Formats: sequence, C-alpha cells, structure tokens
Amino acid sequence: MLKLLSTEPVRLLAFLVGIMAFVGLNAAYLVWVERKGAGRFQRRPGPTEVGYAGLLQPIADAIKLLSKQLIVPQGVDAALFRVAPLLMMAPALMSLAVIPFGPSLAARNINVGLLLIFALGSINVMAIMLGGWSSRNKYAIMSAARVVSQNVAYEIPTLLVVITMIMITGTMNLNEIVRQQAGAFWHWNVFRVWVNPLMPVTFLIFFICMLAETNRAPFDMAEAESELVAGAYTEYSSMGFGVFFMAEYANILLGCSLATVLFLGGWQSPFGILPGVLWFLIKMYFLVFAVVWVRWTFPRTQFYGLLNLSWKLLIPVSLFTLILSSAIMKLY
Amino acid sequence: MSEIKPNPEENKPSSVAVSSAKASVPAAVPPGVAQHQANKGNEAPKPPAPAPAQVAPKTPPASASPKPSATPAPPPAPLPNPLAHLAAPFQGVDFKLKGFHADASVGPDQVVSVAEQLDKDGFSLDTITGVDWLAQGQMEVVYDYFHPVRGLRAAVRARIPRDNPELPTISAVFPGANWHERETHDFFGIRFLGHPNLTPFLLPEDADYHPLKKDFKA
Amino acid sequence: MTTQETIVSNLADVPRSNGGGVETFVLNVGPQHPATHGVLRVKMTMDGEYVLRAEPVCGYIHRMHEKMGENRTYAQFLPNTSRIDYLSAMTYTHAWAGVVERAAKIQPPPRAEYVRVITSELNRISSHLVWWGAFLLDLGGFTPLLYAFDDREMILDLLERITGARLTYCYYRIGGLYNDVDEEFIEGTRKFVHHMRPRLKMYRELVTENIIFRKRLIDIGPISQEMCRKYGATGPVIRGSGIPYDVRKAEPYSAYPEFDFEIPHFREGDSMARYLVRMEEMAQSLRIIEQALDKLPSGPVMAEKVPRVLKLPAGDYCYAVEAARGRFMVRIVSDNKEIAYRAKLRTPCLSNLSLFEEASQGMLLPDALALMGSLDLVIPDIDR
Repeated sequence: MLKLLSTEPVRLLAFLVGIMAFVGLNAAYLVWVERKGAGRFQRRPGPTEVGYAGLLQPIADAIKLLSKQLIVPQGVDAALFRVAPLLMMAPALMSLAVIPFGPSLAARNINVGLLLIFALGSINVMAIMLGGWSSRNKYAIMSAARVVSQNVAYEIPTLLVVITMIMITGTMNLNEIVRQQAGAFWHWNVFRVWVNPLMPVTFLIFFICMLAETNRAPFDMAEAESELVAGAYTEYSSMGFGVFFMAEYANILLGCSLATVLFLGGWQSPFGILPGVLWFLIKMYFLVFAVVWVRWTFPRTQFYGLLNLSWKLLIPVSLFTLILSSAIMKLY
Repeated sequence: MSEIKPNPEENKPSSVAVSSAKASVPAAVPPGVAQHQANKGNEAPKPPAPAPAQVAPKTPPASASPKPSATPAPPPAPLPNPLAHLAAPFQGVDFKLKGFHADASVGPDQVVSVAEQLDKDGFSLDTITGVDWLAQGQMEVVYDYFHPVRGLRAAVRARIPRDNPELPTISAVFPGANWHERETHDFFGIRFLGHPNLTPFLLPEDADYHPLKKDFKA
Repeated sequence: MTTQETIVSNLADVPRSNGGGVETFVLNVGPQHPATHGVLRVKMTMDGEYVLRAEPVCGYIHRMHEKMGENRTYAQFLPNTSRIDYLSAMTYTHAWAGVVERAAKIQPPPRAEYVRVITSELNRISSHLVWWGAFLLDLGGFTPLLYAFDDREMILDLLERITGARLTYCYYRIGGLYNDVDEEFIEGTRKFVHHMRPRLKMYRELVTENIIFRKRLIDIGPISQEMCRKYGATGPVIRGSGIPYDVRKAEPYSAYPEFDFEIPHFREGDSMARYLVRMEEMAQSLRIIEQALDKLPSGPVMAEKVPRVLKLPAGDYCYAVEAARGRFMVRIVSDNKEIAYRAKLRTPCLSNLSLFEEASQGMLLPDALALMGSLDLVIPDIDR
C-alpha cells in the first residue's frame, strides 16, 4: 500500500490536487485580502458581514457567480468565448508544477522549469485577446489590442531579466536556483551586488514587469473600468468572469512565487528557524501584499506612458544589466 | 473671427409675412422701436428704472451704423452705456436692479452683426433663450453675453413673428451658440437659419412639440 | 508628452473622412458608462484609440425645470433649483432667491448674507471633494474617493444640522434663511476648517505630486482662452485657461465683496491646470469661511415684510452666482403675476461640455475621458 502511494503517478495526482486546491483557495482568499486591504487603505473596514471578519465572503461570492447564467451573447464566437477563460487559468496552474515550495516540495523538478513557465506564460496574452476578440464588443476588442501590445512590450524586459538570472545562476532549474541562495539573507539574489551591482534594480524591473504582465494596476489597461467598462471581460458573466478573475490571482500568485524563487531565496530561511515552506509563503505573500498595496495607491498609467516605460526605460536598463553581468562574469 | 452673412432673402419673409400689424417690421422703422412699442403692455419697466427694452436715441453717435435713426421716443434719463463704443444700439441698465449692464433690442437680421461686434470686443456667449409673447403674437430671442475680463453683462433681444419664428444662427461667430440654439429650437420651435445641426437637443429625437410655447398643452 | 504629440500630429496628416483609407468606428460611450458619471452619452468616432470626433448627446435626464418654473410661485420653485446641480445645491438656490430678491427689492439682513456665504462655500468644498474623488476614479485611482468622502461627511453633517438635508438643500429663502445657525454649527465649521487644511496638504502629497497622476494630466486636453470664450465656458475651466473670471468678483453678490480672497487661475489650460484651480479653490473657500465666521454679525436672518404672495414687477431680471462648476445664472421674465412668465436657467456644465467636441479631437480615449473628468460635469445640470 505504502509502495503504491509513493509511486510517481500517485505523487503527481496528489500534487495536481494540491496545486489546484492551493490555487483555488488562494484565488478566493486573495480576493478577500484584496478587499480587506483596500478597505484598510481607504479607511473603511472592508467585508465584515459573511463569517468572522468577512472570511466567508469569497465563498458567498463564488456561490453567487456559480448560480448565475453564463450568457453567450448573440453573434459571438461561442467556442472561443468559452475557451478563453480556461486558456487563462490553465497555464497558471501548469506553471505552478515546477515552483519549488520547499526543499523537496515541487511537483516536477525539471531542468528547464524557467523555460516552461515562460512558454506557458505567453498563452495568457492569447487568452485575453481571444476573450476580447470573440466577445464582439468594441470595448473588448480595444482591450484585446491593448493587452497584446502591453504584454509584448513587457515580455521583453522580463525575459532579459530572466536571461540575466540564468547567466548568473547557470541553470534553469528553479530548485537549483534556490539552493544557490543558501545562507543568510545577503546570499539572496536580490542582494548579491558583487555578482551584479544592479541586482536590486533587476528585481524591481522584474516586479514591475510582473505587475504589467498580470494586468494589475497601475497597468490594468485590459480592464480599465473607467475607460473600457470592463475591457475584455465586458461580455462575460457568471463563472466565465469568475474564472478570469481567479486566473488573475493565480497569475499574481505565480508571478510572486517566481520572484521569490529568483530573487528572494525561495524556501531558504534567513535565520534558520521555521521550515522552508513557511518562509517561501511569507516571502510570497509579502510580494502579494505589495501588489495589492500598489493597486490601491496609484492611479492607472496612460497607455503610451506604459509603453514608453517599457521601451524607453525598462528594456535599455535590463539590457544594460545583462551586459554588465556578462562582463563581470567574463572578468572573474 | 469667422464671419457669417445674414441671409437677407431668408429673413425677409420672417419680418414681412406677419399678420399682426403690431409685429410687422417695415424696413423704414427701426425694428427695435417697433418691437419695443409692441411689447410695452407686457414688459413695460417701472418708471424709475431705465427701460431695458427701449432704444436709446442714437446711443453710439460715432459709429457708422447702417441702422436708420431712431424715432425720438421719450427716454427716462439714460444711464451711461458701458458699450457705447459698439455700433449696436446698446443702452446702459442699472445692474443692481436688473442684473446686467447693457441691453439692446435689434432686428432679427442684426443679431449676427451684433454678435460679431461683441465677439471682437472680447465678449463670451452666456446663453440664448426665448420668450413666447403669445398676446402679441411674437417670439423674443434673448442673447446673453458676458465679458470674462471686464465683468460686463449684455443682453441682446430680437423679436420675430410667432407664426414664422426664424432668425439667423450665430453659431458661426460663437460655436458655443450651437447647443443653446438647439435648445431654444427644442423649447420654442424657433428656427435658426444656417444652423449646422438643428436637431432636438434635450427633447427626444422624434419630438415634434415645443413645451415652452405658451399654448403648449401637455 | 512628446510621444502623444507626434502621434497626434501624424494622425492629422491622415484624411479624416471615411474614404481616406482610415477605417473608423463609432464607440458609444454612455449613457451608462463608468466615466460619464451619469446619463451622458458621447458618440465617439474612433480611429483605433484616437477620438476623431466626440459628439455629446444630451437629454437623458431632462426634466424641463424651466417649464416647472412657469407654473409655480417663486417660493415654490426654490426646491427645484437645488435639484439641478445636486452637488452644489446651495449656490443654485442662492441664485433663485437672489433674482427674486433683486426684482422685489428685498434686502436680506447681513447675518443671512454671511451665513449664505459660509454655507455656499462649504457646499463648494463638498462639491469639489466629490469631483476630486470621482476624477481620480476616472484615472483609475480608487482610494482618494473615500478620503474625499470622509471629509465631505463632515460638511454634510454640519449642513444637515442647520438645513435638515444632506444633499438637495433648500435652506435659503426669499429674503433670508429658513433658520438661524447655532453655536454648534459655528464651532463645528471652525473645527472643519482646522481639519481640512492639513488634509489638503496631504492630498497634495498623496495625489498631486504623484508621478503617474501628473503624467496623465500635464499637457493633456489643453483648452485655449479663445476656446473658453467662444464656448462660454466658466468656472474652473476658464480659470484653468488663465482668465481669472469669477462671478464672485466680476459681479459681486451677497456678502462676497466683504471678504478677502483670491481667484486661483493657471495659464496652462490643460487638465492639470483645471485640477489645480479646484484644489486651490478649496483653500480659498476655507479662507472665506474663516473670515465670515470671524465677522459674523448678529441679528435676524429673515428680511422683514416679505410679502406672502410675491408679485414681481414686470420686466426681466438676471442673477448670477459662482457655482462650483461655474457661472449659474437665472433670468426671470415677469409679467406682474405671482408666477414667472419665463424662468431661464443658465447652467455652467452645458457651456463647459459644449467645448468638449472641439477640445477632444485627435486625443486618445483615456485622455479624452480625463479631459471630460476635468470639466467636472453634473449631468442633470446640463439637461435640467
């Protein structure tokens, strides 16, 4: 029996269920965190009614969404319209398979984990674009066009940063990257200025790009509720919208996990107390909180401002860090 | 300063084809005076107050105005006219009593030229509105102007026959007049000739009624 | 914003007709759209994200107040005026009470005039606060709205104490006020003034100096002085274009000549200038309130012998006030009856919006909506 449990298929099944549960719970409770956080930032209590401190609010929301009809408007491309939300959710779930949550807590410990994540990550853009395009709504189509140009613009600095990291660490295996950051917190990649003096900047670029790639404020061009009503999601109701919504949080989760792994030492503990998984979660949720914090503090950027930021600032700077670290590596 | 040509052919019928003798404006009589006398019964100001709707006897003396000389109506001591430098027949009004500084009654064919003069003088269009004088069979169109720098207010009035309410648009002089004229057309059925888009503005797009006409029954 | 300029100037080279090779589409913004703050509809002809032509379509909340003015007595119409611009109801009832007082030659007692100034200015601040929050909402910043409502709540509580209403006040009466203010109101107002000054400073640090916010407003949606004049724009719009036109100074009314205040105006004419005008105006309103509280005379708040049946002498009368959004003017034509022969309401938002079509040409959609937000529209004020 025990032997059966430790076989690879069972292990994968357990991880599959685990990851789906983790993402599902997180998507639900990040909404709660978001609303509670927004409430605190805005000097109001946030949700309080359903359950203790509104803790059951996400469940109530989910039930409400589930009980609604998924309206497929006349004239839309029904197949694409239905597929788009799934296309947004699935890559985030799949990518989490290679994230090492703990020293031995990863669904798959593969050599090209980073590559997998970025390969899957670009499907996201397709999902929003298809959702917007198939909606047959002018606002949705404008939003789809925005999303494509935005994500193309921010894919480049992200990849440049990741290439820098791959060069420095010499591997695409996420577990290996974490292992290299062992020791006190100054061994974390973000503080390893002797490898590349611009390391904190690199981290900042990665964080900004992550915000942009997940379409979070101040880069929420896709949704832009005061301009494009609800952007690509305008025509979605019920769980069609719900899945998009959850996928947004799943993507935030993935982005913050990746930032934790690449820069903040993953499951490495800075003081040696507490198990690694906890440290991973602490770091990741701190980043998630920062994402919420940014959203409720800043207004939305202008669209050309967003592209200018990427093409005129982030890409040159990330290229420079890439060259700088390769030069440093060559010299030493 | 874009200029507009008041179309004389279009204006003529409006001033001639009036059944009421009071309202008809023969070319020889200055329109303002004729109209003023027509509305005296209803709009006569109090004796001490200077008459707003009254035409001052040749207030702008220096101007080479094309208007014919006014018949000598007995005016109660006119106030200093803040717009004496304009050719338009403006007349000073006691601001404390009335809420504006100058007043002019002009013929429907003059509203554009008055608007141009005020435009050159730096005035801005406040609003345009109508008044339906049912008893006299006339419509009055009131143009309110204000001067954003000097703080002056001026009212220009034109009277047109009620059964054929037409007068030229000033939207080429003041683009802001576009909406005010549309609104006046909505409420009174006054047609502004040459208006680029005289469609219902506040009323439904198929509205064929004019609610501020005094004979309007809901 | 050089990028935007180049793009827009490139667009100008393209023929703007449908046959010119540019494929355009019509985007229907409103009547239910988050950025229009009410039932305004704007038909936008778009080339991608660029607005080729934005044509506002009004009348969705038209209630024909002017007709109502012709079938009820002067006192009965007073509550109607506070429903026109519901955010700045005090100033609107002030205009109506003022025009009737002017025609009937009623002089409200000085205490009433002072209290009118205090309440009008409080109302102006609360109106600007709503605008501030809603404008930030247009730009995608949520949090300031609730900060603004926090402060506005204090004003509403104060005004509720003396007027009994929280939004559509009918506090002014022809000849004075409905009732006197009490010590608690005066103390509360003083407290509010002390509370509000640091808040304004905080707003400057939190929002006005935010880089994203500045980039979205500076040089966006410029409105020239000439355009303001041609369209009859007033209020913060004309002051944001550099003309210090304010009815409180240009046509002094009520007790305003007795106070020392400035008219904030900025030459740039962009959305930022209009924003700064309003922010600065709140500070000036606080100044006026403080002076009025210090100098508040005692005495009655209602003029003696205001006739129960009020007949205005024949003639026409105007009265203009500086409402939160600009110049609000009432023109009454009386034929010596107790009901107005004609009541014209000249509202600022109508003129301010009428320049939108020209001003928004060639802008990007988000910029055009930022421009629309900076005009501070209240739709019932346009449609009446």
